[in-house]
Amino acid sequence: MVPTNYYLVLSAILFGLGVLAFIFKRNIITIFMSIELMLNAVNLAFVAFSQAMHKLDGQVFVLFVIVVAAAEAAVGLAIIILTARNRQSLNVERVDLLKL
Amino acid sequence: MIDFLMAHGWLIVTVIKVALMMFIVLTVNAYLTWFERKLVAHIQSRWGPHRVGPHGLLQPLADGVKFLFKEDPTPAGVDRFVYFLAPLLSLALALTSIAIIPFGPNPLPWKILGQDVYLGILPPDVNIGILALFAITALGVYGVALAGWSSNSKYPLLGGLRSSAQMISYELALTLSVVGVLLIAGTFNLTEIINNQTSRYGILGWNIFPQFLGFICFFIAAVAETNRVPFDLPEAESELVAGFHTEYASFKFAMFFIAEYTSMITVSSLCAILFFGGWLSPFPPTWTWTYYLPTLILLPFGAWVIWDGIRYETIFGKIILPGVGAVMCVIAIALIAFPALNGFIQAPFWLLSKIFVFLFVYVWMRGTLPRLRYDQLMAFGWKMLLPVSIANVVFTSFAILRWGGIR
Amino acid sequence: MTPQLVVFFVLAALAVGGALSLIFQKHPIHSALSLIVVMVSLAGLYLLMGAEFVAAVQIIVYGGAIMVLFVFVIMLLNAGVEEHTSISKFAGFPGLLLAFALTGFIAATIARSTDSVQAVAQPGNMASTRDLSTMIFRDFVYPFELTSFLILVAVLGAIVLAQREKA
Repeated sequence: MVPTNYYLVLSAILFGLGVLAFIFKRNIITIFMSIELMLNAVNLAFVAFSQAMHKLDGQVFVLFVIVVAAAEAAVGLAIIILTARNRQSLNVERVDLLKL
Repeated sequence: MIDFLMAHGWLIVTVIKVALMMFIVLTVNAYLTWFERKLVAHIQSRWGPHRVGPHGLLQPLADGVKFLFKEDPTPAGVDRFVYFLAPLLSLALALTSIAIIPFGPNPLPWKILGQDVYLGILPPDVNIGILALFAITALGVYGVALAGWSSNSKYPLLGGLRSSAQMISYELALTLSVVGVLLIAGTFNLTEIINNQTSRYGILGWNIFPQFLGFICFFIAAVAETNRVPFDLPEAESELVAGFHTEYASFKFAMFFIAEYTSMITVSSLCAILFFGGWLSPFPPTWTWTYYLPTLILLPFGAWVIWDGIRYETIFGKIILPGVGAVMCVIAIALIAFPALNGFIQAPFWLLSKIFVFLFVYVWMRGTLPRLRYDQLMAFGWKMLLPVSIANVVFTSFAILRWGGIR
Repeated sequence: MTPQLVVFFVLAALAVGGALSLIFQKHPIHSALSLIVVMVSLAGLYLLMGAEFVAAVQIIVYGGAIMVLFVFVIMLLNAGVEEHTSISKFAGFPGLLLAFALTGFIAATIARSTDSVQAVAQPGNMASTRDLSTMIFRDFVYPFELTSFLILVAVLGAIVLAQREKA
């Protein structure tokens, strides 16, 4: 049986890698994908705890996180499309004026 | 050595089953192409392939050799990793979905390496059977989208985008139309869904009767999912050169081809399992004389093949066809001689016959129906099929609440 | 070295490899494919833990819908290889160090704690879909209805935002 700590350490590593990708990448879409990676790492921690404590609350919460991530991805990508259309570039450093 | 084999028996038996199943599925695919060409040709009042081997039966072999030896150019400017990944992904996903389908409830009468050998790769008690199939179907969109994009050319890009948009639109209707069956059966397990359709009256217990609307929605959505006529505009020859697989040559095109036919087989088996009773016989279980039906079908068919082979034109046909017919007759007589074998063969026989009927309907539609235009296709999927599927779910749950469990 | 531990390490290596590939790839489509690899390996880990419904939903929704959306947007916007800008390489180094420090601190704290969370003996039948759905529709029915409302709002917002301007 795999100890729960192993899952939690993996979740921490994935979260850290998501933070790294968020800081160092310049493409808006890649930054958005790193947010999804961080959400996935948190989901893994939830399911690991749900298994350790023999309660289903963790898995229910994971389902809600997935649903919210889907809604957020839809709206976020629409905003990204608008920004790319207006600034003609997907580089996040070009979006540096307060007025488009 | 024997201890090692017995300790890891499950793994070794599964590996052997996977290899065997892949061989069988690829052969069935090849002969499905022969069947489609022959049937579409006869619908169009012409012969299909009839020169390569008796009745064109060696045509798939010739096609396979052609695919292997044809030149396989890679266009300039493609993204090499994605270009090579796309057909591989399509093929891998299509072949993986065959693993979840149970082909029979009972294991083989003798144990191999201490393991019960079930028909079908996964044991028949996968708790999320149908959900896993939908997961694999959902991932199948990537093969098409990435193929279209990585080809660095406008026709494949358009074809790929249209095709993947069509697939994700009809995936919703596909999933929702099955919910009625899941409400009646109360489980995702495919074996349990089949066992739920047993009844004293045989065919009257099948899910097609309470869920007729669900079946119609499922079948139409499945035809759209697999990009077949009448929903095959994204890969139509006259409209978009060849859609998303324009820039793919011999072997990679063959991989897309095999993926499409394998997903046809998967969808046909899902139709049979979910709505038509799977491996259950349409006759009531008390009519044991129907157990001789496989023999009754095989024996005359084998005799006809022998008679046709004796009168065939080429010498090759005169040898091969009577041989095939003789094998069929021997199998038919063996089924009468060994009742245990006959009892075991009933379940896979009925399931395979139903799958064959659905494949026939697929090919029949290909030869008969015209193609839908893309905007008509999307409008139909979103404005007609999805609301009807949702209405089916609502009516089914209302009926279950009002009249208790249907079973 | 039980088979479960071997499977865990293989899937964990796949997930971390996918995440590293997300950082180091130059083209956003390759990053998207790496993220899909991460999600599928996480679904495998959920299956290993006995959470089969969550694994299936992860592949269907995350891998089959959300990432398809990402891939479509990358294709439609014709995103190319990332360009070089004048970011200060010197400032990146402390950032890297701090990110490693954060991750290492969390991981070390978790790995060292052995008494707060006791590892379970066997998965059992705890994660049946029937129990999960009973819990969603009885205890969590208000959040469930709210999420359906949220999806409706998100769909409307996405359609309104992504329209072409009428000009």
